[in-house]
Amino acid sequence: MTTTILAILLGTAFGFAIHRVGASNPSGIINMLRLQDMHLMRVILFAIAISSTMIFTAMAFDMVDLSHLTIKSMTWGVIVGGMVFGLGWGVAGYCPGTAACAVSEGRKDARFFILGAMIGSFFYMIGFDFVKDTFLVDTLFGGQAILADVTPKNETAIVSVLPALVTAIIIAAIFTTVAYFLPSSKKPESL
Amino acid sequence: MNGKKLGWLYGGLLLGSVLAIAMIVIKPVGASTQFVILDGIIWDSISPIVSETTQTTTGYTSENSYLAKNEGAYAKKVANPFSYSLIFAISIAFGGLLSRYTMGPKITQEEKSTPTVWMNRFGKGSSYKRYIMTFTGGLLILFGSRLASGCTSGHMMSGMMQTSVSGYFFAFGVFLTAVPTSILFYMKKEK
Repeated sequence: MTTTILAILLGTAFGFAIHRVGASNPSGIINMLRLQDMHLMRVILFAIAISSTMIFTAMAFDMVDLSHLTIKSMTWGVIVGGMVFGLGWGVAGYCPGTAACAVSEGRKDARFFILGAMIGSFFYMIGFDFVKDTFLVDTLFGGQAILADVTPKNETAIVSVLPALVTAIIIAAIFTTVAYFLPSSKKPESL
Repeated sequence: MNGKKLGWLYGGLLLGSVLAIAMIVIKPVGASTQFVILDGIIWDSISPIVSETTQTTTGYTSENSYLAKNEGAYAKKVANPFSYSLIFAISIAFGGLLSRYTMGPKITQEEKSTPTVWMNRFGKGSSYKRYIMTFTGGLLILFGSRLASGCTSGHMMSGMMQTSVSGYFFAFGVFLTAVPTSILFYMKKEK
């Protein structure tokens, strides 16, 4: 029951944030990818910086159950899958999360995106037997690789000379600096 | 009343706080897996695909190898659809609506079928082409997401927030193809 309420609250908050920053509008995504308007890139970079600082601070003070840390395995499939994702993203301008927001605000093209997405994942389900015997599932960097050294977990830490919080703050500072200096659109009415 | 999208600073702060709170309270956000669960639920309702077993730690398995992987983790979610993640994903749509009706960015009637960036390039009355392209985009994006085991939310935002190596490589793969694709696809013809 508690889990259900949390799912509703957090999902609603995430959808609210996606919509409020303008990410459910494909023009915003596409103009970012065309390097015409860096607004969403700045939002994403700063969001990563803020959230990273928050979770690593919480972890440093033992305020987080470390089993919440979810480090996905680094495989060739991550790079190749990302490239396939990029082909679709560059044309559609939707991602799985933003499309859900776009459908609820009445965007008809997003409904076709959702339909395509369901078929794309279905193709993967039936094609998985083929994929799992290829190089795509081979791991790199020891699999669940993480830059910050979170010791109690058994992931492969890349930066082991610094405490996890310091590594996270350095990365956050770099991301924030880039977000600060990137230009947003000079003509906001073009969106 | 016409709403506006948040600037990068407040927008990043809002999005980042949601990402961090979700991870601290329960687990990092993610969206693309739910398309598999949704497909699985539909498949299972047409012809049973998941079943209970004593052979796996989750107590579920499937004839489909993708649903059966990791001790039947996805099979379990298909059998118990009202788990945290699916409710989270559906709530994203509610969050978008909430933002829209509380002075969030508004959408014009024209934009409901095609976003401005598409109309600027392909003109009005090209909405059916846009539907075909978002369908294709959705297909590629979910196939790619599954190959990579995550999307913009799970890999790019949650992954990089946790300093996960796979998050960085996913982002690299995505922008490698998405930037040239969108530049070429939305390039205006020479007058």
